[in-house]
Amino acid sequence: MSKYYLNYLDELESEAIFILREVWAQFQNPVILFSGGKDSILVTHLAKKAFYPSKIPFPLMHVDTGHNFPETIQFRDDIIEELGVKLIVGSVQESINEGRVAEEKGKNATRNALQITTLLDAIESNKIDCAIGGGRRDEEKARAKERFFSHRDDFGQWDPKNQRPELWNIFNGRHFEGEHFRAFPISNWTEMDVWNYIKRENIAIPSLYYAHEREVVWRQDSWIPNSEFLVLEDHEEIVTKKIRFRTLGDITITGGIESDADTLEKIAEEVSGMRQTERGNRSDDKRSESAMEDRKRQGYF
Amino acid sequence: MLDNNQLLRFTTAGSVDDGKSTLIGRLLYDSKSIFEDQLQAIENTSKKKGHEGVDLALFTDGLKDEREQGITIDVAYRYFTTPKRKFIIADTPGHIQYTRNMVTGASTANAAIILVDARHGVIEQTKRHSFIASLLQIPHIIVCINKMDLVEFKEEKYNEIIAQFEEFSSKLLVKDIRFIPISALLGDNVVNRSKNMEWYQGAPLLHTLETMHISSDINKVDARFPVQTVLRPQSESHRDYRGYAGRVASGIFRKGDEVTILPSGFSSKIKSIDTLNEEKEQAYAPMSVSITLQDDIDISRGDMIVKSNNKPEVSQDVDVMICWLNDQPAKPRAKYFIRHTSNEQKAMIKEIVYKIDINSFNRDTDDKSLNMNDIGRIKIRTTKPLMIDAYRQNRTTGSIILIDETTNETVAAGMII
Repeated sequence: MSKYYLNYLDELESEAIFILREVWAQFQNPVILFSGGKDSILVTHLAKKAFYPSKIPFPLMHVDTGHNFPETIQFRDDIIEELGVKLIVGSVQESINEGRVAEEKGKNATRNALQITTLLDAIESNKIDCAIGGGRRDEEKARAKERFFSHRDDFGQWDPKNQRPELWNIFNGRHFEGEHFRAFPISNWTEMDVWNYIKRENIAIPSLYYAHEREVVWRQDSWIPNSEFLVLEDHEEIVTKKIRFRTLGDITITGGIESDADTLEKIAEEVSGMRQTERGNRSDDKRSESAMEDRKRQGYF
Repeated sequence: MLDNNQLLRFTTAGSVDDGKSTLIGRLLYDSKSIFEDQLQAIENTSKKKGHEGVDLALFTDGLKDEREQGITIDVAYRYFTTPKRKFIIADTPGHIQYTRNMVTGASTANAAIILVDARHGVIEQTKRHSFIASLLQIPHIIVCINKMDLVEFKEEKYNEIIAQFEEFSSKLLVKDIRFIPISALLGDNVVNRSKNMEWYQGAPLLHTLETMHISSDINKVDARFPVQTVLRPQSESHRDYRGYAGRVASGIFRKGDEVTILPSGFSSKIKSIDTLNEEKEQAYAPMSVSITLQDDIDISRGDMIVKSNNKPEVSQDVDVMICWLNDQPAKPRAKYFIRHTSNEQKAMIKEIVYKIDINSFNRDTDDKSLNMNDIGRIKIRTTKPLMIDAYRQNRTTGSIILIDETTNETVAAGMII
């Protein structure tokens, strides 16, 4: 007798496809928030599956901080061409030029927080009613309470105490003009699940995830890549190391780890032995205990 | 991980002092799911608070408000994996005002862990949690009798509590109840077998979770396929393709099966079952697929494809057991949206039949007001028919939510009787 149950990866895949189809059915104008990181690549891959043999029926949206890894932008453009979908770009540089936001000052200045304004502006000007993200509940404690369908008010803000209860597999995306939702199809995946699935499906990911030689500087317990935006302190020095990135954010804040993992098998193996959380190398989360929660409330990803 | 590893979802309900957070912390810690930076943060906080050693309960601390008030407000989801299974914990607060959270956590769970403090035995909260677990038809219940270290690991105490539990649980509808004596604080019978309770012959908690049979938790008999959306690529390669996208709610569909489309009643045969990777011979719950039919029939979201020899009830009158989730009480005669699988219709509450006292399980036919966290039986009339099964037979096609048409909020969760 053949088995009539799914293994855990198939069940997670099926759940994510179900969520993506619900988004398409319940909203007028959804987008996938695409950062070029593995989680948004995974969501895009799942969307391809959800609508096959149709194309993904909605655009990808990238919030471009201007502080990118060049590899990420190349990867983004390639995937857009392959899928034949539209790309919407929200530019933080434009938000700065227009005076919507001001650049942070000082040594640890980043454009991380500035993205919120650009994101919300892009959502409003493109009349987007649902932004699909690659957020996972295992990433951070504020995210552990996130819904699959997360309601935002007309200021784009998240109120953790005023979220709609989600029961069974019935999702309520009803909303008023001006409000929008965030949808998180891979809420129930862990970092390990993501890697195991990427390996199983052999999904293309940016070369940055694989171990490679790169110029870096040791800062805040991780290897920060050299870039045109990097300002060196007196005691700091640039060295060349074999590193890879566990998550991808802005080039200014994403720390690499020393690694020899240059295949998906090796990466999955390395991740399974990791004793630090993946966001441990992201200086945006180190600012305070509730750094993520505070940003989420304002409308962060 | 082996390819056939399954996913098990369980819920934990408990009050502030029964050691729920410690138990979850213990499961995560002993299964090596806590990272060093997280452990470091907990150690620092433990020290700051003047606790001895590491307070594992701190691991489940959530939002800023919760940390400040020392309570849990909302359902939090936690994850861990062992070489045998992946687990999702829906961690729900147990205070009386949070029945709605317990119901939310229970709605998707294969198993419920109910914690009983060995010193206090079965209390009102234990009954309430058990009642909700049975109401939501969680297939497996594990009663963990915790803090055995505080009753000198005595077998008599354990047996006494089992007897108390069985006395009231006979009124509930639960298929599978197990009891495990544990000490979450010391780790006895959580991941590792207790050396202090050799009289206990059963398995520790984690082993129980890893091995319990869950494949038959989903209904395999009644084939139901709610249509989410229609795929019409109109591309070169798929010019006339018309696929019905959805997730199999229950049962098994095979290529060539005779099917009926509800509510229209038209019949056809399954031409293909498609996914991006391959065309499939069969699809079973909970697979997401696209189904094509041999005949051109007008089908849209909200319709249901079923096997012609096994149909659900098609009705505009629905009797449901409901949990009210909103601070605006239920209004008889008022209109709501009802959502059932992918089908949404307007509906009216025709009658509140009775309210249930969730401590005594008694029916109250005098006070029929349904406020937030209340549970009761109601009659609903919908503008168009729903294709329904009893919740006891089918958790997917037997469940509904009500949405307030003025606020768009989800105000109630219902189980079809």
